[in-house]
Amino acid sequence: MTKKIATREAYGETLLALGKENKDIVVLDADLSKSTKTYDFGRHYPERFFNMGIAEANMMATAAGLAAAGKVPFCSTFAVFATGRAYDQVRNSVAYPRLNVKIAATHAGITVGEDGGSHQAIEDIAIMRALPNFTIFVPADAKETDAAIRAAVEIEGPVYIRLGRSGVPAIHDDNFQFNPGEAVQMRPGKDLTIIATGMMVSVALEAAEQLAKEGIDARVLNIHTIKPLDIAKVVDAAWETGAIVTAEEHSIIGGLGSAVAEAVSEHHPVPIKRVGVRDLFGESGKPAELLEYFGLTAKDIVAAAKQVLKKKK
Amino acid sequence: MEVKKMTVQLEDKAKAIRRHIVTMLGEAGSGHPGGSLSAADLVAALYFKVMRVDPEDPQNPDRDRFVLSKGHGAPVLYAALAERGFFPVEDLKTLRKLGSKLQGHPDMRKVPGVDMSTGSLGQGLSVANGMALAGKLDKKDFRVYVLLGDGEIQEGQIWEAAMAAAHYKLDNLTAFLDHNKMQIDGNIEEVMSPEPVADKWRAFGWHVIEIDGHNMEQILNAIEEAKKTAGKPTIIVAKTVKGKGVSFMEDQVGWHGKAPSPEQVEEALKELA
Repeated sequence: MTKKIATREAYGETLLALGKENKDIVVLDADLSKSTKTYDFGRHYPERFFNMGIAEANMMATAAGLAAAGKVPFCSTFAVFATGRAYDQVRNSVAYPRLNVKIAATHAGITVGEDGGSHQAIEDIAIMRALPNFTIFVPADAKETDAAIRAAVEIEGPVYIRLGRSGVPAIHDDNFQFNPGEAVQMRPGKDLTIIATGMMVSVALEAAEQLAKEGIDARVLNIHTIKPLDIAKVVDAAWETGAIVTAEEHSIIGGLGSAVAEAVSEHHPVPIKRVGVRDLFGESGKPAELLEYFGLTAKDIVAAAKQVLKKKK
Repeated sequence: MEVKKMTVQLEDKAKAIRRHIVTMLGEAGSGHPGGSLSAADLVAALYFKVMRVDPEDPQNPDRDRFVLSKGHGAPVLYAALAERGFFPVEDLKTLRKLGSKLQGHPDMRKVPGVDMSTGSLGQGLSVANGMALAGKLDKKDFRVYVLLGDGEIQEGQIWEAAMAAAHYKLDNLTAFLDHNKMQIDGNIEEVMSPEPVADKWRAFGWHVIEIDGHNMEQILNAIEEAKKTAGKPTIIVAKTVKGKGVSFMEDQVGWHGKAPSPEQVEEALKELA
């Protein structure tokens, strides 16, 4: 088993590399640079690193000004603050004027762990999906994070990148190609499709292995770009496999599950089961315990798969 | 003598801006006359004397920037931009109408010469800071101007931004406070007093200049002083009159967000002739 790497770690490394390649990149943080991993960028490029203090709203609108004057700002803080504390600034100073601001939000989801519900963003995808002009990336491993960060720089406009605190296993080999907006088929299958995002992609692959042992052939789709959603591949999955399970480390309200359900119900309705955090806030605990507690394990995906298969016509 | 002539010319421009404000709001049937009229002299000074801008090249990276943080004052900005030749004066008639570039609050993607979309109060100073930081990083000599409302500074983000501007020594940034002492619900003193305003900015590390915001000579001198102030940002606290120039609107809270009737437009234009 390869070493697990947190996507925030990969973000910090890529940012450092990009700092050398692209002089227009500037980084802003709100007193969390050691946690969000922007610290090394700040150490190497102090003139292009702005610690804005504990003032997230000001950070987002300052980034808007930097972008309006030609810079490519990366704003980092925890996902709860990036989308909650600074929502109005992200909406009116970044999304509405379509400015070239990249928000790299770390510590998303329940695997933040012990800090508890106040710090576990499980609604950030829902919030960001509702904002026009934003591209939303949810990378599943270190390699995908590196690619997503680089893709974000190429995109002219606002991008939200959702990153995690805890280590996640590598799911890609060296041949992996990241194309923004394009779902990645991780495994073929004809009985149903598990559509997953972020850290839940590796859990979905594990679930597919278990299902295979019981003679159930599950396709696994990795949605690294929540918006724009790869509607074509999602609808193909509905047509070709006739049943869908979604899996995300996020509320089942408004995130990947909702996006998939919206697309499928409009184009080719099939039974869907959403695996994610029910309508609840998070709690303190170890990441693995929380995944178990909130029903986000391979076992839960397997159970959901069996449920949708029963409803499949 | 030369100074006097220029001041008179700028006063004429401010008057023309005021005429446009009244006319376009009458045409639109809604909008914010009070805080647009109070800021007309400040905006006239910026667009007709101070700022390095070019209507032929509105996106020039070396241009001076203006952020109308009190975005509901859009009419004063639109009037100045039209007078300055960024778009035809006739377009002012389309204010707030479906399909118009002149949205109720400024949209930088629609209007040439608008440097930032604003409307949600309290965000403009942060944006101006970002522009000023970019200018310093690129070693450019453009300056950034931002206009704040005195009700607006009740927003906490203003003080986050005030702290940051001083921390980063943004001496290429000049803020104006349109201190007309009124907000929608009444006098700022009654709603939520921001006083003592000048002392607060001083305490946050700013250079503060207090002026009469309708005295063109004082406005120009203050801007010059701001330019010469090194190592810290400057705020020009401009004492103004809400609805300035239209007698029946002056110092009337009711004219914060109400459009004049055709008869009232006519009456106002007579006063502004």
